[in-house]
Parts: sequence; C-alpha cells; structure tokens
Amino acid sequence: MTELLPVDRYLVDSLPTIWFGVVVFSLAMYVALDGLDFGIGMLYATRDEHERETLLAAFGPIWDANEVWLVAFGTTLLAAFPPIYARLLSGHYLLSIAIVMGLLVRGVAPELREQREDPDWRRRCDRLFVFGSTVTPLLLGVLVGSWAFGTPTLSAPSLLTGVGLVALCVTSGAAFVAAKTSGSLADAMVRYGTTATVVYLVGVVALLAVVALTNPSNVRALLLSAPALGAVLATVSFAGAGLAAARLDRHRLWFGTTFGLSFALVGLVAVLLYPRLHPASGLTVDAAVVSPLALNLTTVLGLPVLALVLWYFKFLYGTFAGPVDGSEA
Amino acid sequence: MSATGALVDGTVLLAENNILLSPELASRLQFGWTITVHILFAALSIGLAPYIVYFTWKDVRSDDPAYARLRSFWINVFAVGFVMGTVTGIPMSFQFGTNFPRFAEVSGELIGGPLAFEAKMAFFLEAVFLGILLFGRERVSDRTYVLSSILTGVGAWLSGFWILVVNAWMQTPRGFELVERNGVEIAKLTDPVAAFFTPRMPWMYVHMMNASVIAVTLVVAGIAAYFVWRNRDSVAWNTALRMAVVVLLITAPLQALHGDAYGRHVADTQPQKFAAMEAHYETGQADLHLIAIPRSLDALTDPRTDNLFTVSLPGLGSFLASGGDFSAEVVGLHEYDENPPVALVFWSFRLMVGLGFLFVGLALWGGNRLRKGRLSDSGRYLRAMMLSSPLGYVALLTGWYVTEIGRQPWVVQDVLKTSDAVSRSLTATEATGTLVAFVLLYLALLAAFGAVLKWLIEGEIERMGVSTVDDTSRPRLPWVSGDD
Repeated sequence: MTELLPVDRYLVDSLPTIWFGVVVFSLAMYVALDGLDFGIGMLYATRDEHERETLLAAFGPIWDANEVWLVAFGTTLLAAFPPIYARLLSGHYLLSIAIVMGLLVRGVAPELREQREDPDWRRRCDRLFVFGSTVTPLLLGVLVGSWAFGTPTLSAPSLLTGVGLVALCVTSGAAFVAAKTSGSLADAMVRYGTTATVVYLVGVVALLAVVALTNPSNVRALLLSAPALGAVLATVSFAGAGLAAARLDRHRLWFGTTFGLSFALVGLVAVLLYPRLHPASGLTVDAAVVSPLALNLTTVLGLPVLALVLWYFKFLYGTFAGPVDGSEA
Repeated sequence: MSATGALVDGTVLLAENNILLSPELASRLQFGWTITVHILFAALSIGLAPYIVYFTWKDVRSDDPAYARLRSFWINVFAVGFVMGTVTGIPMSFQFGTNFPRFAEVSGELIGGPLAFEAKMAFFLEAVFLGILLFGRERVSDRTYVLSSILTGVGAWLSGFWILVVNAWMQTPRGFELVERNGVEIAKLTDPVAAFFTPRMPWMYVHMMNASVIAVTLVVAGIAAYFVWRNRDSVAWNTALRMAVVVLLITAPLQALHGDAYGRHVADTQPQKFAAMEAHYETGQADLHLIAIPRSLDALTDPRTDNLFTVSLPGLGSFLASGGDFSAEVVGLHEYDENPPVALVFWSFRLMVGLGFLFVGLALWGGNRLRKGRLSDSGRYLRAMMLSSPLGYVALLTGWYVTEIGRQPWVVQDVLKTSDAVSRSLTATEATGTLVAFVLLYLALLAAFGAVLKWLIEGEIERMGVSTVDDTSRPRLPWVSGDD
C-alpha cells in the first residue's frame, strides 16, 4: 500500500515550491480583491452622498470575504514557512501593527456609518473609511517592497512599492465600480481609473529604475531574468488593454485586466523571492519549509479546500452580479 | 516567577524610563488585551449562530412576523459583531509574528496547519455566506437563504474548533519531537492525530462552545427581558425570553458538571495550574475553597490560606485531583522555580465558578416560572435577567484567564517559555507604544459596539411604540399592542 501521508519525503519533490506558489497566489488574490475594496474606499472621497451609497452597496457584501485572503496568505506562510513569517513580521514591527490597525479602521467605519442618519456622524465615519482605505494599501505595499528588496521601511524601493499599490488599488476599484454602474458615475470612474493606471505605470518604471541603479540585496540579476521581464511585459500589456477597454466602455473587460495587473505585480515579487524567500537574511524556500509530514498534511487537507473557496467566491460574486443601486443598500 | 519577574522587570524599566514597559511585559499585556476584546466578538458569532439559524428558518417557513422581528434584530447584532470579530481577529495571528516570533518559528509545524485550515475551511465559509445572509435576501431562494445561515454558523463553530486545536496543543502538547533547524530547536510534527486531538482538545471545545452559548443566551435573555419589561405583550420578545430560559436550563447545568470533570483533567495534565487555581503552596493534602474572602488587601494580590477567610472542604482538592483519595498528595507551588501570577488565576477561577452557579440558579428560577406559565409576570425575574446579561461574558473571560494565565510561565507547556518566545528585536518603546495604541483603539471599538447595541435597542423600542423614556410607572400608551 502506498503511504497516504509519507513521513520523510514530500508527496512530490517540488511540494515546497508548490506551496511557495500557494502563498504567492493567496497574496495575489488579496491584492486583486481587497485591492478593489481599498480602491472603492479611496474613490469614495470624490463622490457625493447618493453615489457614496452606491459605492457602499457594491462594497458591502464582498469586502469581508475579500479581506480573509490576507488571513489565508498569512496563515499559509506560517504553515509552510514559519521562520519567514516570524522574521517578516517581527522585522517590520510597527509597519505590521499599523497595517492591522488600518484594516480595522477601514472595516469598522462603513459598518458604523450605516447605524446613524446624523450627517456629522456619517461625515466622521466617512473620513475614517477613506483614511483606512488609503493608508492600509500604502503600508502594505511598503511592507511587501521591504520584504522583496530587503530594504528598510523608509527607502525609495519600499515607498515606491507602496505608492504603486495605492495606484493599482484605485485602478481596480474604479474598474469594479464602472462595471457595476452606468452614466456619470461610470464615466467618472473611467477618468480616475485612467489616471491611476498611468500613475501606476510610472511608479513601476520608477521602481524598476531605482532598483536597477541601487541593486538592493543583489536583486538586479533577478530583475533581468526572463520571468521578471515577463511580469513587466504583462503589466504593460494589461495596463494598455485596460486603458483601451475603459475608453471603449467595456467595463467588465477592464475589470478583468485589473486582475491581470495584480497578478503580474505579485508575480514580479515572487520572481524576486524565489528561491531566496527572505532576502534580508538569505533564508531560502528549502531551508525555511516545514518537514515533509507537516507539508503533506497541509496539502491533503488544505489544497482541496482552497478549490472549494474559489467556488464560494464564484457563488458570492455571481449572487451580487449586475448593476448596483445605492437605494437597495 | 516569570510573570512576577516580568512585572518586576517592567517596574524597574518603568522607574528608569518613567513610562516604558519591558518588551516582554508589554507584549503579554498587548496579547492579553487584544484577545480579551476579540474573544467577546468571536463568542458572539459562536453563541448567536444557532439563534440566527433558528430565527431564519422559522421566519422563512412560517412567515410569522415575530420571527421576522427577531431575525432582523439579531442579524444586525451579528453583522456588527462579525465585522468587529474580523478586524480584531487579524491582529491575533499577526502578533505571533510581530511579538512572539520564536513561538511562530518553534511551533510553526504544529500551529500553522490548524491556523491555515481555520482560514480556509471556516473563516471564508463564514464571511462569504454572511455576505449572502445580510445582503442576499432578495437574490437567492428561501432554501439557499436558510442554507447560508447554517453555513455561516458552521463556519463560526469550525473556526472555534481549529483555534482550540492550537490552544489545546499549547496546554497539552503532543505529536512532535524537538529537532534543530536553522540553528533553532523547533517542534517537528510526528503524529498529526495526536497533535490535533490532544488530551485537552475535547474538554476545551465543549467548555468554550458551551460558554459562548451561555454568554450569548444571557445577552439575549437580558435584552428580551428589557423589551418584555417595557412591553409585556410583545409576542416576539416573550418568545425570545422563553427560548433563552430553555437554552439556559440545558447549558448552565451542563457547564457546571462538565467544568467539574474538566478541573480533574487539568489537575492530571497541568498540576501547576491546578495548584495556582487553589493557591496551594505546600505539597500535601489540598482543600477545596468553596468561598474565599480576603482578610486584607494583601490577599487580593497574594492569596494564601492564612490571609483568607475560607469556607473549605478539607481534602476535596486532593479528592478531585487524584480521582477519589481525600488525602492524596497535591504538588504545591513552592515546588516550581517559576509560577504564574497566582492571584489572577485564583480570583478569576473563583469568579467563574461562582457565576456558573448563579447561572444554574437563574435557569432553575426561570424554568420554574416558565412551568407555571408566568415567566414575564415577575418584574423581579426580568430585572435579574437584565442585570445578569453581561455576566456570561465575565465568566467566559475569567475562565479564559484561568486557562491562559494559569499556563504561565509557559507559552507551550513544558516546551517553550513565554519569555523565550518574545521578539529579540522588539524595543520597549515600540512595544509600549503599540500597547497604548491598541488599548485606545479597542476601547473606542468597544464604545462603538455598545453605542450600536444601544441604538438597535432604542430603535426596537420605538418600533414597538413605547416611549424611550425610562418610566415604567406610567401606564402604557394606548396604541401599544401585543402583536409585533
């Protein structure tokens, strides 16, 4: 009988790499999905009271489920590569704590807003919502940049990654709202989304230039590798396709391209992190991965469930597909 | 004495720098504080889930307006509580990395899997189907709608399961061996079944889930009692009150009996914690202190047999710990190099047990009135339920403190000390700063939740047509009717 759960060898030899892939996939899903929530939160600042209700109606049913992808990312990283989880978070203490606090403010503010009709109360909650939705992706981008480049929090590569992520989130949020609305609101989303896409592309170019010049943690060679160039090419292509789709009012297609942009960005990060999963200390995937039994178990119990989770999301987004209207919120 | 030691270290730092706590003490206080707040909302999801399923099912099936009322009111509470549970839950797992990275690294193979399963199997389930439950009434069929309420509840209970797998492993770790990796001694998983189903796991799961149901049932009963007190004829809230009394009649005695057996298991597996629960210092026969009253202020911070007035059952501690021998030797706290903060464990345990008996009393009292069909007639019973509504949560928190503080100085019993788990790179400034920020932020969160609950209650009162002014001596307004 073949062993169901081998104790001293991985189910397949490449299992650690596969789990690196699952970690990256979870992060990409988080950036794509909660990214659109952050985008909605930032664009919210530009809208009037009626349109704010519409944005909240689009945001309400999905944001909490989207946010869980961050938990999926974190716990998967812990389950497969515990030393990386420990070093990444303890090495960026204030940044990590600020991120969870930003998420807290972002999540609670719109929920509290809906409990009162009082305009002063709503204005205060709205400010917190916009603040949390802006600060969280900025800090998260800084954290991811610091991780991938092994650079300090206050350094050009880290900060540019943060700004880039903010621009990406605005793009995703604008495309999502445009796909679910029409008329002047959708037109405004096209304008903001177009600007954000351009800012994002400029940010990516600036980031690549800074990294190529300063070569932090010796990543320059990785940056010139075929997969990295592929990710950059994908970014440019998806951005171009998104701009074209937005201009042609093909809003659902536009929203699809923002997924491509998020996956290309996280893909680029993945290229920089493989196999040296923690550039600051040089710890690799093979050195950091858990023992075969633990990873085999996580594979057998965890991977099928991940497929089920993707089905849940299909069901959730399917249920709330179609145009939104603030009056039904 | 780790905790005392940490306290002393902390105080020294405090004296030197005026304001800063040591990274260890600040990290422990921060984790303790953030879990205290998080657990309120986690238990709310777990305890309220069965009610939500029942109300939704009855509402969809019977079109009875009373159940529509109850569903709508409690789903609002559930929704706000779930958001607060999510946003306070994320900092919990983050802190394993930020503040206790040694814990994450040493036990990653054992705790990482269950935490990842919690996210994938439970958290997603709950979040996705709660979205349907809150916003999808008009978009899905009745059957899918009821199913969404069930899946939301299953998510909450499964989430509790995986979290308690982790916590039970920290109390009675099994299924691993210590090996060296990257220069650190870590726990390597050798037997997943032993590691997931540790001796503590079934005890903890039953006790914690039941405690959550009791805590929420008392909240439901207290709020229902208030509405009944304001409007005796409310069909919906009389129904809710009757339900809560029936649930309490089952769960409160179960918790008392189960808790007794659980205590014996703790004596077997964590003798040091058991000794701290009874402030038992000298090895020998242990008495069980039924009631303890401090003789002096010292007894509050350092309870000992000689500074307490106690009503004790001689030898019953030995009897429980040994499973039948009144003179069995129970190891005292003096045998250990380091002990948990005994006062916190001792008084928390007493408060929890005392409240547990109070709940049995409230259940029997209510059951008796229910049998006579006069549940809502007694202003005294309604007032008692209103006053008791937060007490289930007090019992749940103090029980949690006994479990977690009683485990000190260990984070993983006999494997890893809390002091060794703390981040080495963390500074006192950072740790104290984030502690202060968490205290302020979570106080604001609690205040906001309290305000939301107040508004929901006021809204319900207004809807029933009774004035929101608290004056029950006034006759009811003529348009107030019994049907909701």
